Amino acid sequence: MATATNRLSALIRQHQKELLADWTSQQMQSVARRRDLISDVDLRRESDEFLQAFTAALESGDSDKPTGPAWDRLHEQVSGMSISRARQGFSPTETATFVFSLKQPIFELINRTFTSADDLARETWTATTAIDRLGLVITEHYQRGREEVIRRQQQSMLELSTPVVTLWKGILALPLIGTLDSERTQIVMESLLQRIVESGASIAILDITGVPTVDTLVAQHLLKTVAAARLMGADCIISGIRPQIAQTIVHLGVDLNSVLTKATVADAFAVALQRTGLTVTPVGQGAVRSSASPAPEA
Amino acid sequence: MDRIPILKMGPYLLVSIQVDMHDRLAMQLQDDLTSRIAATGSRAVLIDISSLDTVDSFMGRMLGNIAAMSRVLDAETVLVGMQPAVAITLVELGMTLPGVRTALSVEKGMEMLAASLRDAGGHG
Amino acid sequence: MAEVLPVGSPEHVVIVRQAVRQRATDLGFSLVDQTKIITAASELARNALQHGGGGRALIEIINDGARRGLRLTFEDTGPGIADIALAMRDGYSTNGGLGLGLSGAKRLSNEFAIVSVPGEGTRVVITRWK
Repeated sequence: MATATNRLSALIRQHQKELLADWTSQQMQSVARRRDLISDVDLRRESDEFLQAFTAALESGDSDKPTGPAWDRLHEQVSGMSISRARQGFSPTETATFVFSLKQPIFELINRTFTSADDLARETWTATTAIDRLGLVITEHYQRGREEVIRRQQQSMLELSTPVVTLWKGILALPLIGTLDSERTQIVMESLLQRIVESGASIAILDITGVPTVDTLVAQHLLKTVAAARLMGADCIISGIRPQIAQTIVHLGVDLNSVLTKATVADAFAVALQRTGLTVTPVGQGAVRSSASPAPEA
Repeated sequence: MDRIPILKMGPYLLVSIQVDMHDRLAMQLQDDLTSRIAATGSRAVLIDISSLDTVDSFMGRMLGNIAAMSRVLDAETVLVGMQPAVAITLVELGMTLPGVRTALSVEKGMEMLAASLRDAGGHG
Repeated sequence: MAEVLPVGSPEHVVIVRQAVRQRATDLGFSLVDQTKIITAASELARNALQHGGGGRALIEIINDGARRGLRLTFEDTGPGIADIALAMRDGYSTNGGLGLGLSGAKRLSNEFAIVSVPGEGTRVVITRWK
């Protein structure tokens, strides 16, 4: 089946060596040549690999429908190359330019081969659309890479902004501040559970005084956190539920019956002390007193 | 076929699950444990899962069953050392194991059980 | 690059878990994400075994251009599920059946798809992205 790409790919395959030579020498001489970022040897190798993959993909089928193993390999190769070039310090424009620069030697080859205006137009069009598409793949890939970086940075920021505090031996507190969204609550949950293991704390106080609104999703996440902590062997107390939030929770039909809640951190702390068998005694008659007595079964 | 060992430490029976169990092994453990509880009259069982990386719904149900059966045999069970990732996953699966007592470590589990036994005025 | 594993016995379920763990580790999943997909795999493998009369599991590492992921397919040629919506409801079970397995596996995955034809079999595909 002679498709447009078949003719072009046959042409490229036939003249592959000279095409590669032309392309690399044009790149070497270009003012955009970044000798500081990639050596001549590496550039030649990269150009060769790219040309091979490009030719194989064109041979495998229509560039209008770039599917199939050969096109997949080409896309993988382009993705891999844009990652490694990004690491080397190339901007995505520079990487896309590398791909676009293949047009010149191909157009020259087409010019040398065909004479009729129709043929020239058709082959040039096929080549340019195939290469343009690859340039777009690079930009899209770069964008997604950046989004990934932003996402990871956001995650680190979230982790930093939700510190878990040790109030006393065996008692942790997690002051939640600001709006809780699904992602943040998950990170919070994971870091709290991790701290429980690391510190051996058997009680964690989740304080939501600083949380303006609680919706069903957030409430569910909080309950999941409490359930997970319990499975591990630690109890949670939720404190700081303001009247508005209490109303919301009741309206939403969220069942907090299985969870101990206290109005303030102080109240929660008092319960936590009691449960861990501690009591706070005022200093009197010059003696510092704090006693540890076995906790009554709570 | 290998079985999960059950250790008797004074009044306590300690099971340390360290392998990725297939279902038959899990059922075997259930049988062995209930037999052992009945045979020793032990009233305190600790199941240590601190080495378990995965607990699925079957395993979760089995742990729940063991706790329930033990209670019928007048023994209290404490599940010890569940890893955070496992806890998060079980909760996501919808298993909160409400009938099972839990503790962070074998030590804490023993303290819990000792307190229970004392309160119940039981013989250890 | 798909690894195909038989699911014909309880021991196979363990092998599937271990294979999925290996792949998840290779991909560098976080511990929580690893645990989630291994547990989901365990649920689905068990379903294929107990309700599907046995089948197979396919483990693939996939790439959508910007990120890599792990895709697991569980197939059986068992009786199939007549009412998928019902089966997906938490706690649903016939003969101590599917219960939390399907809906649980869905919650533990980024993507979940199920096709089931009564009398022919069932296929469940789950994916977790890195």
